[in-house]
Amino acid sequence: MIATKNISFAYGNENQFQFPDIVCNASESLLITGNSGVGKTTLLHLLGGLLRPISGEINLDNVAIQTLSDKKLDAFRGKNIGIVLQQNHFVEALSVLENVMLASWLATGKKDKAKAKSLLEHLHLEKHWDKLPSQLSVGQQQRVSIARALINNPKVLLADEPTSSLDDANTLKVANLLENLAKEYDTALIIVTHDSRLKERFSNQISLL
Amino acid sequence: MIAKLAWRNIWFKPLNTALSVLLLASSVAIITLLILLQKQFEEQFSSNADNIDLVLGAQGSPLQLVLSSVYQVDAPTGNIEYDSAQVWMRHPFVQSAIPLAFGDNYLGFKIVGTTPEYLSKFNSKIESGRLFSGNFEVVIGSELAKKINLKVGDKFNGTHGDAKEGEQHEEYKYEVVGIASRTGKVIDNLILSNIESVWAMHSEHEQHEGGIQEPKEITAVILQLRNKMAIMTWPRIIGQNTNMQAVSPAIEINRLFTLFGIGLKTLEYLAYGIMLISGISIFIALYNRLKERKYEFALLRLQGASRFQLLWLVLLESLFLCVLGYFFGTIIGRFALQLLSSASEEDFKLGFNPFEIIWNKEGALLIVTLFVGIISAILPAVKAYKMNISKTLANG
Repeated sequence: MIATKNISFAYGNENQFQFPDIVCNASESLLITGNSGVGKTTLLHLLGGLLRPISGEINLDNVAIQTLSDKKLDAFRGKNIGIVLQQNHFVEALSVLENVMLASWLATGKKDKAKAKSLLEHLHLEKHWDKLPSQLSVGQQQRVSIARALINNPKVLLADEPTSSLDDANTLKVANLLENLAKEYDTALIIVTHDSRLKERFSNQISLL
Repeated sequence: MIAKLAWRNIWFKPLNTALSVLLLASSVAIITLLILLQKQFEEQFSSNADNIDLVLGAQGSPLQLVLSSVYQVDAPTGNIEYDSAQVWMRHPFVQSAIPLAFGDNYLGFKIVGTTPEYLSKFNSKIESGRLFSGNFEVVIGSELAKKINLKVGDKFNGTHGDAKEGEQHEEYKYEVVGIASRTGKVIDNLILSNIESVWAMHSEHEQHEGGIQEPKEITAVILQLRNKMAIMTWPRIIGQNTNMQAVSPAIEINRLFTLFGIGLKTLEYLAYGIMLISGISIFIALYNRLKERKYEFALLRLQGASRFQLLWLVLLESLFLCVLGYFFGTIIGRFALQLLSSASEEDFKLGFNPFEIIWNKEGALLIVTLFVGIISAILPAVKAYKMNISKTLANG
């Protein structure tokens, strides 16, 4: 589970953000919505340990992540936080399967090939294991990203605008997929989006102003 | 895994990689070639001049005298009278004196009139057959026996002079009576007979002309002295008092090396110049890729990679290129030496061994190569290390 208390962040002196408190328990879903410029991505980066808040607390599984050293935070993020980015980035030189295994190795030091395979199978990607990520369609790439985010059984799955480039039918599919996976893997799911289609889909919502 | 990733990454851009490796390999090849060449060249020259204190011969260029009589590569400076040479050969200071008389060749290989001592001087033994004793009996060097396929009992006509296109001696045939063992020195490529054969072959002409019997001549004498002071004093004494000269091969060869040295140094600088360029090429390749790969790096950090792992990744990619370049370079360098060796074997009777490894110098070269790799990767690696992942991802 993940919970925040009074977190704020500032880029320089002018761009200050004060965020509402957030709580999301394992296998629950939370939608964070808001228009451009209200700090959605900043909040996601704070939750993901990519940025540190100026003040406030972020508790993830009873660890106050803002107190961790840089190195510990890197390791902690790898093990406990899965992130699906708006754009799907991969290590270009590695195959789909290797990209997923790399995430497992970076976090745990072990290449869990069996698990990577079963995850990809689960997401109907078994035919594309040995392809390079660039050879896949955008939808397939996104599913690889999701598999990669889940490989280490993270406590929290963060998704940044996962549906911004999809049509209505696929938006619903991805939303269902993410929610089902969160339940299946007992993960807290937080989606950050401005997509109004998702607002109707999720009941648990926080709107940034 | 980081190593595997680095390895995959360098092959993901094969042309960049090929260029960097090619440049590095060329500079390593040149330097390896120079290292081997210099060492083996000096070794060869020194081993052939071992235990030769002075060379006595006709006046002229001292270097030419040494090259012709010790290394059998240049034309002789001329002939000296056997009688006047004997004065010095029998001198009490002399430990051993081996006369040499050049006159003929067979297919371009020198036939040298000398004494059996010449063989023992270069630690050569008779491998099959026996030593020459009578006139026109010859012992041939081991390399030569292989090259022109002569066996004990074979007979051949000599050719006058040192070029194979010269006039053939039809009157007498040389007979192979022995084959010498392999020494790795110039003797392996020579045909040896006694001195009298050379005289007999050539006095024939003079008697036809009906002139006065000319004094017997030889080409040079290889001297080893008992009295080491004489090595210093004899060149001056002989030069001033006779029409001959005495030359120390050690001094002449040193002079030759100094001359060569300038050429070798120039090549070496050129090679290091190429290495510098390859360093720059690695730097540019890594630096350009850095822009394309910033999301990849951010992604790795996202998945738990530390800053240090990214630094190490970039560094490793550069080091892999360098190791590849070094690997191919040493092989190409040795291949070049092998080619050079076959050419020089033909022209100068000098062979080089491409399989020798000179650990300290080649090891130093490896360190220099890796150092180039580290230097060219430092800036890109530090940039990867310092990257702000949040900013990078927010803009992507």
